[in-house]
Amino acid sequence: MAYDKFNILTSTAVPLPIENVDTDQIIPARFLKATERKGFGDNLFRDWRYNQDGSPKEDFVLNNPIHGGKILVGGKNFGSGSSREHAAWAVYDYGFRCVISSFFADIFKNNCLNIGVLPVQISAAFLADIFAAIEADPKTELVVDLPQQTLTLSATGQSESFDINAYKKGNLSNGFDDIDYLLNIKQDIQHFGANTPL
Amino acid sequence: MKKTLFDKVWDAHVVQKIENGPDVLFIDRHMVHEVTSPVAFLGLKNRSIPVLYPERTFATADHNTPTINQHLPVEDPLSAKQLKALEENAKAHGISYWGLGHEKNGIVHVVGPEYGITQPGATIVCGDSHTSTHGAFGAIAFGIGTSEVEMVLSTQCIMQPKPKSMRINVNGQLGKSVTPKDVALYIISRLSTSGATGYFVEYAGDVFQDMTMEGRMTVCNLSIEMGARGGLIAPDQKTFDYIDGREFTPTGEALEKAKAYWDTLYTDEGAAFDKEYHFDAADIEPMITYGTNPGMGMGITKNIPNADQTQGGATTYKKSLNYMGYNEGEDMLGKPIDFVFLGSCTNGRIEDFRAFTEVIKGKQKAENVTAWLVPGSHKVLQAIKDEGLLGILHDAGFELREPGCSACLAMNDDKIPAGKYAVSTSNRNFEGRQGPGSRTLLASPIVAAAAAVTGKVTDPRTLL
Ligand code: SF4
Repeated sequence: MAYDKFNILTSTAVPLPIENVDTDQIIPARFLKATERKGFGDNLFRDWRYNQDGSPKEDFVLNNPIHGGKILVGGKNFGSGSSREHAAWAVYDYGFRCVISSFFADIFKNNCLNIGVLPVQISAAFLADIFAAIEADPKTELVVDLPQQTLTLSATGQSESFDINAYKKGNLSNGFDDIDYLLNIKQDIQHFGANTPL
Repeated sequence: MKKTLFDKVWDAHVVQKIENGPDVLFIDRHMVHEVTSPVAFLGLKNRSIPVLYPERTFATADHNTPTINQHLPVEDPLSAKQLKALEENAKAHGISYWGLGHEKNGIVHVVGPEYGITQPGATIVCGDSHTSTHGAFGAIAFGIGTSEVEMVLSTQCIMQPKPKSMRINVNGQLGKSVTPKDVALYIISRLSTSGATGYFVEYAGDVFQDMTMEGRMTVCNLSIEMGARGGLIAPDQKTFDYIDGREFTPTGEALEKAKAYWDTLYTDEGAAFDKEYHFDAADIEPMITYGTNPGMGMGITKNIPNADQTQGGATTYKKSLNYMGYNEGEDMLGKPIDFVFLGSCTNGRIEDFRAFTEVIKGKQKAENVTAWLVPGSHKVLQAIKDEGLLGILHDAGFELREPGCSACLAMNDDKIPAGKYAVSTSNRNFEGRQGPGSRTLLASPIVAAAAAVTGKVTDPRTLL
C-alpha cells in the first residue's frame, strides 16, 4: 500500500493531553467491521467525539474549530490495548501524518510506521511544553523534520531529536512498505521455509 | 554464548538481518480471523499475488459471530459481510477454514492449541493481540496489524526488531481459590499496563511449572496487558503430552526433526535478561479490577487505592473511577453486579468451566444477574456436555451459549448495556470494551461464579 513520501512536515497540532489513550477509544470495536480501508477517519475517537444520538460533543478537541492540523499530540502511553491497525488507519484517514507523545504502545507504533504515520517520541518535559504552547496559541506550528530526526516548536525554536529505525525511516521517506521489500527476497524466504523444523 | 529460550526460537527463524533495521522473521503458523483479514486479502488482490504458504495458514471465524442460533443466517449485515469475505478468501487461496457451525470452529486462540496448530518453538502470528496465548507452549507468538497480516499472507515473514527480554519469576505455593488468572492480574497490577512494553517475557518458577497447559495459556494470554509483545513458558513433559497426537502435530520423520529442536528449548543457565522480576506466590489473592485498564486490579479483600497511591496521573485515575461509578478507598466486596461473562480466549476453556461449575454446584444463580457462559470452541462445548457440567449449570439456573468471542469485545450481539456492571473472565476492562458505557470487573472464573450466585462481588473462599 503506497502512501505519500514523508519529508519535513510543518503544521499546527491537535492536543489530546490524556494518558493511556487505548485503541478502543481511538476506534471502538464496532467500527472494525469494514472489509475495505475506507471511512475510518469519521469514527476516530467516536465515543469521545459524538453523543449516542450522533451529535458532536462540544468539549472534545476534534470538535473545537480553533484546533486543527496534520499532527496529533497525545499523552503518555498512547495507543495501548488492542492491536487493531484500524486505529492507525483512523488517525491517517482523519488527516494526521504524525503523532507525538512521550511514550507509545508498541503495536500501535509499528502499525503507524507501516502505513505512513510517523510516531515521534519525545521527553515528558518537551511534551508538556508543547501542550502549553498550543494552549497559549492554537496556531502555534510544529516542524517535524524526518531527515534530521528533529521536532521543533516554531515559535520558540525549542527542539528535540527523536529516534527512528533507519530502515523504517528509509521506507517512510520513499513512501513504500515492508511488503515491497520482502517480495524482493522471496527466493531466500522459500529456501528458508523448506528447511525449518516446523 | 548463553541464550534465553526466546533467543533460541527467534534466532532459529531469522531469514535475514537488515542492517540498522528489523529482522526478517519466518512465521511457521498464521492464524486468520474475519475482522483483521479482509483488507489484507484485498491488498494481495491489488498486488496480484497469491498466499505464499496456504498450508501454514488457518482461518476461523470468531469475533463477529453470534453465540445463539448459529444455524440461522447472521443478522448484522456488516458481520455477515466480513464472515462471507473470510470464507471466500480462504476458498480462493486454498486455506483451511473453520467457519460458523464447523465442528472445529471456535476462538482462534482456543482452537490453535486444541488441534495442534500451536507447537513448541514455533513462530505464530495472528491479527489479534492475544496471540500471546500460544506462548504457553514455548512458542514465540504475538499479535500483528493488518498490514502485517498481508505481509505474512504474501511472504510468510514479518519484519520486527528483536524485542528486549524480561523474566518474571513466581515461586511458592498459590493459596486457595488463586488461579492462573489471578497470578496474571497480580503481575499486571504490579508492573502496570506499560511495564513490559518493548519486552518479550519468559515466565519461570514453580508456579508456572505446576500450572496446567490451560493455566499457562491464561497467563501468556494476558502478557499483552502489561504491554509485552508476548510471553512464553519453556516446554516440558506436560507440553509434549498435551500436543501428542493432535491433528496438526508433526508425525514420523517431521516429528523426529521437531523433537531434536524441542530438546533445545530452555533458557541456558546464566543467560542474561534485560529485566527480571521476582514475586512470591503467597502474596497473591483472588484478584478483581476496579478501573478501566487491566493494571487497575487488586486482591478482592482490599480497598480501592487512593489516587495519591497510584503511579501515573491522578486526573486519569479519577476519570477512570468516575466511569466505573466507584470512589477511592471503597471495598470491592459487596458491590452489586448485573452481568457475569464466562468465556474468551483468556478463560473459555474446559478447566474454566469446571472451576465455575464447582463453585455454583448446588446453588442458584442470583435473580439480579444475567449470566453469559460462552465456551471458547465447539470442542469445549462438547466437553462441557460430555463431563456432565451442563446438567449442573442448568440445575443452578444457568444457560450455555454457543462458541465465540462474545462479550469480550462487543463486536457481535453480546453487549453489556451502558452503566451495567459485568464480572468478566475476559482480558480488557477498557471504557466501552464490552459495549458502549459498560463497566467491566475482570476476574477469574471462580470469582465470576461467586458473583453469579450472590449477585455481588464476593470472595469465593467464603463459599467453598
Ligand atoms: S476472545 Fe476477546 S481477546 Fe480473545 S480473540 Fe476474541 S476478541 Fe480477541
